[in-house]
Amino acid sequence: MSALLIWIVALPFAGSLMLSILYLYHLKVKKVEEIYFSLIALLTPLISFLLTFWIFLKASDKKITFTAFKWLKVANFDIDISFLSDHLSLFMALFVSFIGWLIHIYAAGYMKGDEGYGKFFAYFNLFLGMMLLLVLANNPILMFFGWEGVGLCSYLLISYYFSDAQNVVAGNKAFIVNRVGDFGFIIGLSTLFIYIGSKGFDYASLQAHIGLVPSSMLSFIAFFLFVGAIGKSAQIPLYIWLPDAMAGPTPVSALIHAATMVTAGVYMVARFHFLYSLTPNVGEFIAVIGALSSLFAAIIATRQRDIKKILAYSTISQLGYMFVAVGLGFYASGLFHVFTHAFFKALLFMGAGAVILQLHHEQDIFHMGEMKEASKIVYWTFLVATLAISGIFPFAGFFSKDEILFGAFASGHYTIWAVELFTAGLTSYYMFRLFFTVFIAKKSSKRVEKPLILSPFVTYPLVVLAIGSVVAGFIGAPKILGGSNAIAHWFSFFGDEDIELSYTIEFGLMILNTVVALAGIYIAYKKFAGINLQNEAKIDGLIYHKFYIDEIYDALIVKNIQRLSWLIYAVFDKKFIDGTVMMIAKSFYHLGELVAVLQNGNVRFYAFSMLFGASLFFIYLMQVMG
Amino acid sequence: MMSIYSVLIVAIALFSIGIVGVISRKNIFIVYMSLELMLNAVNLMFVAFSRYFHSLDGQIISMMVIALSAAEAALFLSLVVLLYKRKGSLNVDIFNSLAQKRDNL
Repeated sequence: MSALLIWIVALPFAGSLMLSILYLYHLKVKKVEEIYFSLIALLTPLISFLLTFWIFLKASDKKITFTAFKWLKVANFDIDISFLSDHLSLFMALFVSFIGWLIHIYAAGYMKGDEGYGKFFAYFNLFLGMMLLLVLANNPILMFFGWEGVGLCSYLLISYYFSDAQNVVAGNKAFIVNRVGDFGFIIGLSTLFIYIGSKGFDYASLQAHIGLVPSSMLSFIAFFLFVGAIGKSAQIPLYIWLPDAMAGPTPVSALIHAATMVTAGVYMVARFHFLYSLTPNVGEFIAVIGALSSLFAAIIATRQRDIKKILAYSTISQLGYMFVAVGLGFYASGLFHVFTHAFFKALLFMGAGAVILQLHHEQDIFHMGEMKEASKIVYWTFLVATLAISGIFPFAGFFSKDEILFGAFASGHYTIWAVELFTAGLTSYYMFRLFFTVFIAKKSSKRVEKPLILSPFVTYPLVVLAIGSVVAGFIGAPKILGGSNAIAHWFSFFGDEDIELSYTIEFGLMILNTVVALAGIYIAYKKFAGINLQNEAKIDGLIYHKFYIDEIYDALIVKNIQRLSWLIYAVFDKKFIDGTVMMIAKSFYHLGELVAVLQNGNVRFYAFSMLFGASLFFIYLMQVMG
Repeated sequence: MMSIYSVLIVAIALFSIGIVGVISRKNIFIVYMSLELMLNAVNLMFVAFSRYFHSLDGQIISMMVIALSAAEAALFLSLVVLLYKRKGSLNVDIFNSLAQKRDNL
């Protein structure tokens, strides 16, 4: 049973390896049909999912660990390649592999006819494998391996269309910004290692010995681990890579935003819950960062015109919700939102990708309009997803968002609660702004007359996800609505506070959330449902330019680092290092020149020197021999 | 019978004239003649010592040197012809293509 764990992780890696070899064969030897690539690529995530599901069915209540082999052994520090399946990692692995698999299917339709079809799926499988490694790892070091792995894969996939310089810049940006976060993560991990590494470094022994860390250092560790999460999960101030990550093909965006990568930060905080529950001040800091990020990103999203950018900002915003939840200690609610978000965000991206595909890679929503007619499936599923993210009953987002808001309110963080409530209104506003503009509004003259017909590979996963976006919420339906809140029960080991407020307040909050969301929809309807996209829409202003954050970072950090690098180059490298090395070389040269004077090609001079030398020799001999 | 010293003095004088010729003259033929002069000065010494010590070794060597210098003359003169064709001059100072060239650093 426990050996299955390694297969869950190893299969996507094996798939990736096979695809790479097959792709090389395809390039160097003989063309390979796309179908063979898709066969491998779609099979491995499916088997991973089925194995995970098998474990879920058979052993969901047990903690399973499997140690494959010893990875590092330095003195008395042991790091194993070891996997862990408990409620948290099993939960993550289930939806990561399932949604990852659906996105693979979608990608098979989306990438059809692309030159690097095999390469794309090799990266894709690797991405999924790295994420599963991150989730199922039994110690932070192995988790960090997966953590870096998803960073690498995101870089590879964001700059997938590498012939365009802009995409390469976006890939670099994602990678470099993530490095900043990872640096914090390494500091946190190393500090943790210094204090209790000798007691064993798997999660169980960390949890058991966390009391040995001095309390002042606990906050330090918790803070720096969270810096890693900020980078990976795109929160203020390191969120800037995520919108630019839209340069990759749309399935990549779906995979990054729904199933892999960005949820890693939330997972990590939940994984270290034993640490964060001891440092409530850091937890509050996390919640504040989350709240600020969600508000900030939502404000920016209201004025964007690129369909994928809007969705990217909405991801930052929703991740903010999750961090509010885990920061305040409501791990179950946070992970519930991760779960529901995975469904509707994957669906949104895939729907957006379908629209983009239909319109021959047009991404400006104001060049769209009337897409309702183009494909019924895309229209209805997108509507479901939009309702779900807006938090309308009974769609998935309603339950999870409500739970987070309820938690924030009940634990007395009224400011955060108010910010999040306002953000919820903004969310439904900008999502329906997108929806109405793309699907309802009179079509723009720039829109393609005859949209492309979509392949079933693209549309069927949408339907599955749409069903998921409706049903997923009921798993965590609160008691008050007649549900059993299976999610909270499942995650009972976190020991989340179970705050009971009176039913009136709980109901009141639910109604308030719904009213705020509906208000957002109403404003969006008023403003955008009836507009005619024939008239070129002009959007400008502070918000459209994303508060010039990118430019500010550029001026403050990037430019200064460049200047520093230039200074080091010009002064230290050129003058000092080069100067010293060249001085040594030149001095040998000049010495050589002095010797070379003797080698002047003048035969008579040679003869004379021979005479001179011989004379000296003989004089010496005469002196010695006497 | 003349003493060995007078013969040796002649030989040393010839050798010195040869050296001065090699060092100071520019015409390659004169340089060559000076070289031959030095060789013959050494020959003379060999023969003189051979007589003095009643041994034939010195005479054998001097015969070998004579033969050698004859062969050398053939080679040398043909080389000089080639050099003259290439450079158009008999001045030894311009035969310096193997010298260290001064380049810029």
